[in-house]
Amino acid sequence: MNYRMIIRLLSVSLRIVAAFMLPALLLSLSNGENASAWAFAITIALMFLLSTITCICKPRKTSLYMREGFVVVAVAWIVLSVPGALPFFFSRCIPSFVDCLFETISGFTTTGASILNDVEALPMGMLYWRSFTHWLGGMGVLVFLLAVSTISGNANDALFIMRAESPGPQVSKLVPRTMQTARLLYTIYIGMTILQTVLMLFGGMSLFDAVTTAFGTAGTGGFGIRNDSLASYSPYIQWVVTIFMALFGVNFGIYYLFLMRSFKRAFRDEELRFYFSVILASILIITLNILPQFDGHPEDAIRHAAFQVVSIITTTGFSTANFDLWPQLCRTLLLLLMIIGACASSTGGGMKCSRVLILLKSLRVENDKLLHPHMVKPVRMDGKPVGEDTLHGVYAFLMAYCVISLASVLLISLDELSFETNLSAVLACLNNIGPGLHLVGPMGNYSMFSDGSKLLLSLDMLIGRLEIFPIFMLLMPHIWKRARDYRA
Amino acid sequence: MKIVVIGDGKVGFTLTRALSQEGHDLVVIDNQKNALTIAEDRLDVLVMEGNGASASVQKEAGVDTSDLLIAVTSADETNLVCCMVARKLGCKHTIARIRNPEYNEAQYLLRDELGLSMTVNPERIAAREIFGLLQLPSFLRRDAYAKGRAEIVGIPVRTGGKLDGIALVELYKTLKVRVLVCAVKRGSKVIIPDGSFVLKGEDHIYVTAPTGDLLTLVKVMGLDRVKIRSVMIVGGSRIAYYLAQMLSEAGIQVKLLESNMARCETLSAMLPDAMVVNADGTFFPTLLAEGLEETDAMVTLTNLDEMNLVISMYANHLHVPKVVTKINRTEYGEILDDSGAECVISPRQLVCNDILRYVRAMQNRSGAGVVALHRMVDDQVEAMEFRANSESWYCGVPLHDISLKPNVLVAVISHHGNVIVPRGADSFAEGDSVVIVTTTERRFDDLNDIFAEPPQGTKGV
Repeated sequence: MNYRMIIRLLSVSLRIVAAFMLPALLLSLSNGENASAWAFAITIALMFLLSTITCICKPRKTSLYMREGFVVVAVAWIVLSVPGALPFFFSRCIPSFVDCLFETISGFTTTGASILNDVEALPMGMLYWRSFTHWLGGMGVLVFLLAVSTISGNANDALFIMRAESPGPQVSKLVPRTMQTARLLYTIYIGMTILQTVLMLFGGMSLFDAVTTAFGTAGTGGFGIRNDSLASYSPYIQWVVTIFMALFGVNFGIYYLFLMRSFKRAFRDEELRFYFSVILASILIITLNILPQFDGHPEDAIRHAAFQVVSIITTTGFSTANFDLWPQLCRTLLLLLMIIGACASSTGGGMKCSRVLILLKSLRVENDKLLHPHMVKPVRMDGKPVGEDTLHGVYAFLMAYCVISLASVLLISLDELSFETNLSAVLACLNNIGPGLHLVGPMGNYSMFSDGSKLLLSLDMLIGRLEIFPIFMLLMPHIWKRARDYRA
Repeated sequence: MKIVVIGDGKVGFTLTRALSQEGHDLVVIDNQKNALTIAEDRLDVLVMEGNGASASVQKEAGVDTSDLLIAVTSADETNLVCCMVARKLGCKHTIARIRNPEYNEAQYLLRDELGLSMTVNPERIAAREIFGLLQLPSFLRRDAYAKGRAEIVGIPVRTGGKLDGIALVELYKTLKVRVLVCAVKRGSKVIIPDGSFVLKGEDHIYVTAPTGDLLTLVKVMGLDRVKIRSVMIVGGSRIAYYLAQMLSEAGIQVKLLESNMARCETLSAMLPDAMVVNADGTFFPTLLAEGLEETDAMVTLTNLDEMNLVISMYANHLHVPKVVTKINRTEYGEILDDSGAECVISPRQLVCNDILRYVRAMQNRSGAGVVALHRMVDDQVEAMEFRANSESWYCGVPLHDISLKPNVLVAVISHHGNVIVPRGADSFAEGDSVVIVTTTERRFDDLNDIFAEPPQGTKGV
């Protein structure tokens, strides 16, 4: 294990986060929010100080391997959450440190689960930072690092970091170089965020609202800046957000294909088709189901159904209506959509459409094999056979996913809340959505959980964002040992 | 530049690594997933599984927008089809590996018909390299420049020999012959030396000299002098075939050991002048029985690097005057020195150099492109030949008035076929061949790149 190299990477990522905190500081200063400004200033100073100190440690070898890639990503996400939480703590906006940490991890992992009863009471600087954590976490701090600097002598080591931080069963590069791929991803990401902001400004939104909402949408996060999330905005804005949520849930590789003008290949992508089919079918079912509640306003029913479906499947977690009051079919369907999640290589969470699709297809193949034991038939995606190792990866992921969900539900049941609350809270955190059902529904929040449960749910969010294995790695004792000890 | 490599075997991988390190964007296509996984994990490149000869796979890899396609699959025919398809898709430059001797005879014809930019034959290149070494066995390696008129040769410094303990400034006094030491390998390190540098035993020095003076060099440097009259080759690979042919033509006796009977029959049919022996060359008593102790040179060409190394060590042990070892894995570099295998040939490395030269020439702006390129000392040092033209800076300016980038050495200037090892007062003129030596940390693709600054009155490029 190349500890020095890991420390150096962490040190650089600290500096990046510190730099990204500067706009929040300036915003606080210009609004005369002195307490927040101080909190940001102290945090930034601390981060720069720590980064400078750790910078002294010069790595002897700059090479990284798969395990360093996993470890640096997992450790970075945990370590960076602490300075991210400090502004809330120093400014006394959120008194309890565990709450601050929960809120920040929820931000970085683009979950959007909040412990705040009154969001509107936060100063603007804090609201900005809270939403910005979504944007940064959506594509990943380390991927940003890869885009802006060469981290090691061997350019390819970057791939291990990218693989560990980016979601999906098969992480592939768009262009031959990892650095260029990271740049391309961020270019698309920034471009779409700006486009959405502009479109919302046309709808009469204030600049601050538009920017923070765009951050929440781009990262598929879901922190709103109002207590009712997006319910009080105009239908135009709600439609814009719906469309952009859906777009940010699409595999970014598709956008690269668009840029390359290979539209045919983009539209033939099976995951994309599956994703939009699920969205359209769910909207149809829910619209029909809630139509009686919106007596005489079918367009409202469609808008609310579409918004909620897209918000949940992309694991954003914005809401325009309290879907907890909807019929049981809708609530259950939304819970299932939470598990499916967005596409691979998007900013969304969940199990990812491609994994669900691979699982469904292999179920069919296995079934056929029972009837014809000697049949040779691979599971295909986009017409190409899916490799054995990818399949095993997906199975292992499903298993780990179930174990973690159930164990978490078991542990937080100590808090004596309803089963529905517990299950949906775990699913909403593990899949990085935010709102669940019942007490943690769109109009509720996570403040009634005990500190222990909050920490557990925070861990679930990290596990969900990094797709389980990087965090699991940290728990393996041998990963910390030298190769020599491992052999013995 | 965007480059597509088809075939991720030994040559493909080495090539991909070298080109990727040069800063090009690489896409690698192969139909073996295992090979690709290694490339994907180790190199910063994009990999694709599929048949590289299929137009749809090539389109997906973006061959139509690529600058160069290199086909190095194991089958010559596939390579040809790959290049034809790529050409039709709009790729301007194509390089194919053609190694079947039967195709090789017609390769110039094929090149024109199929629109190939270049064909490479690693085995043939390797054989020629070995042949060169056997002609002048005092040298560890020979790289030719200026149409073969100048060479950079590797020379071992023997402990207690004539060169041991001599500073480079005193070299002329000692040898009475003007040579330029352009690189020194000491241990695993490589140094581009200045005049105060003192040579030590076990060093390998790389010296530039006009080809005609090489024999004088051997004499004055007090190197071991042998004339190779008989060569024993172990392993009947393609390289062995080419090498045996070249040696026989030069009137050198060849004994070729190959353990496969069928291969022996083919070889003896193709090589009427060589003695082909059906025997296991890895079995030492057989080697002795076939006269290893009396032979002038031993060349190990089996498919196994380890086997080649062991046979070479045995030959060294028996004091065979010249031993040449074929090693595919260049990663072995460090331990090779310890094993005593001084003279090592790596076919894929040689091919790599040729293709790198081609790629750099493609990128060249002013037309003063790379004419020849050789990498030495585990790829840490590079010697390049450029042709100066009207765009080149500092034509006619004495070298001591030009400031070069650090670690750059002008090693040879060839003026109208007249090779000089330059001193400070010398200069190059338009149309001259200029050989420079530098470390591989930097990459030059134009003669003007070597200067620290453009001359006054010229705009920087």
